[in-house]
Amino acid sequence: MISINIEKKLKAYSGQQWLKIDHQFADGSITKIYGPSGAGKTTFLKIIAGLVMPEKGIIAVDNTTWLDTSSKISLSPQKRLVGFVFQNYALFPNMTVQEHLEYASNDAQWIQRLLKIGKLETLSDHKPEHLSGGQQQRLAILRAIAIRPKLLLMDEPFSALDSKMKSALIAELKLLFAELKMTVLIVSHSPQELEGVVDGELVINAEE
Amino acid sequence: MDLSPIWLTLKLASITTLLLLLVGLPLAWWLSKGRSIFKIILEAIITMPLVLPPSVLGFYLLIAFSPQHGVGKWLLNTFNIQFVFSFQGLVLASVIYSMPFMIGPIKSALQQLPQSLAQASYTLGKSERETFLRVLLPNIKPSLLTAIVLTFAHTLGEFGVVLMIGGNIPNVTRVASIAVYDSVENMDYGTANVYSLILFIITFVMVIGVFIFNKAHAKSPLE
Repeated sequence: MISINIEKKLKAYSGQQWLKIDHQFADGSITKIYGPSGAGKTTFLKIIAGLVMPEKGIIAVDNTTWLDTSSKISLSPQKRLVGFVFQNYALFPNMTVQEHLEYASNDAQWIQRLLKIGKLETLSDHKPEHLSGGQQQRLAILRAIAIRPKLLLMDEPFSALDSKMKSALIAELKLLFAELKMTVLIVSHSPQELEGVVDGELVINAEE
Repeated sequence: MDLSPIWLTLKLASITTLLLLLVGLPLAWWLSKGRSIFKIILEAIITMPLVLPPSVLGFYLLIAFSPQHGVGKWLLNTFNIQFVFSFQGLVLASVIYSMPFMIGPIKSALQQLPQSLAQASYTLGKSERETFLRVLLPNIKPSLLTAIVLTFAHTLGEFGVVLMIGGNIPNVTRVASIAVYDSVENMDYGTANVYSLILFIITFVMVIGVFIFNKAHAKSPLE
C-alpha cells in the first residue's frame, strides 16, 4: 500500500495554486492520473520520486516512510528507486539504446527481453538522436522498467505511439507489471486512453 | 636561438590547464546548481580576472605573496615555498588568471542540459558523482574542449600578471610573451618575430582544432 498526503504550492499564470492530494494506492494496482494542464500531475509524480519537495506531506510505502515533512524525513530518489518515465523522455544523448539499459541493469538476459518487448532489438546500437519519437518513448519506458521497480511512475508514456504500437506495448507491459508485482501510476491527458487497462483513476485539480 | 621561453610557456600552460581542470570541473558543477548569495559572490570573484587589468591582479599577488610579510612570509618559513619570482608563482597566478576561462564554458553547458537528465539518472539509483561522470560530462564535450583550449591558449598569452609576480628570470619565469617584450626592448626584432610566430601558430592551430571539432558536433537549426 502506498499512502500519500501532500500539499504543494504551484506557480500559475493566474497566481498561486495548491496541489493537495490525499490518496492510497493498492499494491500491484494500475492507476490513471488525469486532470487539466497545469494541475500538477507531473509535479505529483516528481514528489513521489523524491525529485520535488512539497511544502507539507507524508508518503509511506508499505512500512517505510519515504517522506514526512514534519519529522524532516525525506529519502533520496536513489533510495526510493522508483521507475520514472519522463514526459520529455530524458534520454542520455551520449548513450546507445543498449547502453541506456546497461546503465540501469547488469542483467544481460533481462535487457534482451526488454529490447524485445519494446521492439528495439535491431536498434540497440543507435543513439537517441537516430531514433523516432515513438522509439525514444519506448526506450524511456524500458529504461524505467529495467531497474525492476516496485513503483512505476509514467508521465504521458504513450503520447508518441501510434494506436497499433500502443495497444501491443500496453498488452506486453501489463503482463510485465503483473509479473513484477508493480504498482503503476500513469499520467494521461486523454479521457479514453487506457480504458480497460487501469484499475482506478485519480483526478487532479489544482486549488486556489 | 634560445627556445627555453617557448618550452617554459608550454610547461606553464600545460600545468595550469591540468590544475584548472581538476579544480574547475567540480567547482563549475557546484556553481551550476542553485543560486545562493555565496555562490554569486564566489562566481564574481572568479570572473574578476576577465575585467581587471592583469597588472592589478599581478600587483596584488606580488603584495600578498611577498616573502617579507604576511602569507608569503608564513609560506616561506613553514613550507619553504616562495611564490614571488618563481615558477610556482607563475602557476598560481595563471590558475587564478585563467580560471574564468575554464569555469565559464563548463558551467554554462551544465546549466543548459535539461534537468531531467540528472533526475532520470538519480531515479535509476545513480549517485550525483556517477551521474556527473557518466551522464552530464559526456554530454558537454564540446564545451569542455573549448574550456581546455581557451585556458591553455589564454595562459600562453599572459603577460602583465606573470611579469608582475615572476619577473624576467631566464629558464625560471621568462615565458615567451616576456621574451618577446624583452627582445623588442633590446631592438632584437628577429628573435621577437620567431617567438611571436611560434605563439601565433600554436594558438591558431588550437583554436582551428576546436572550431572543427565543435562544428562536427553542432547542428544547424535548418538541418
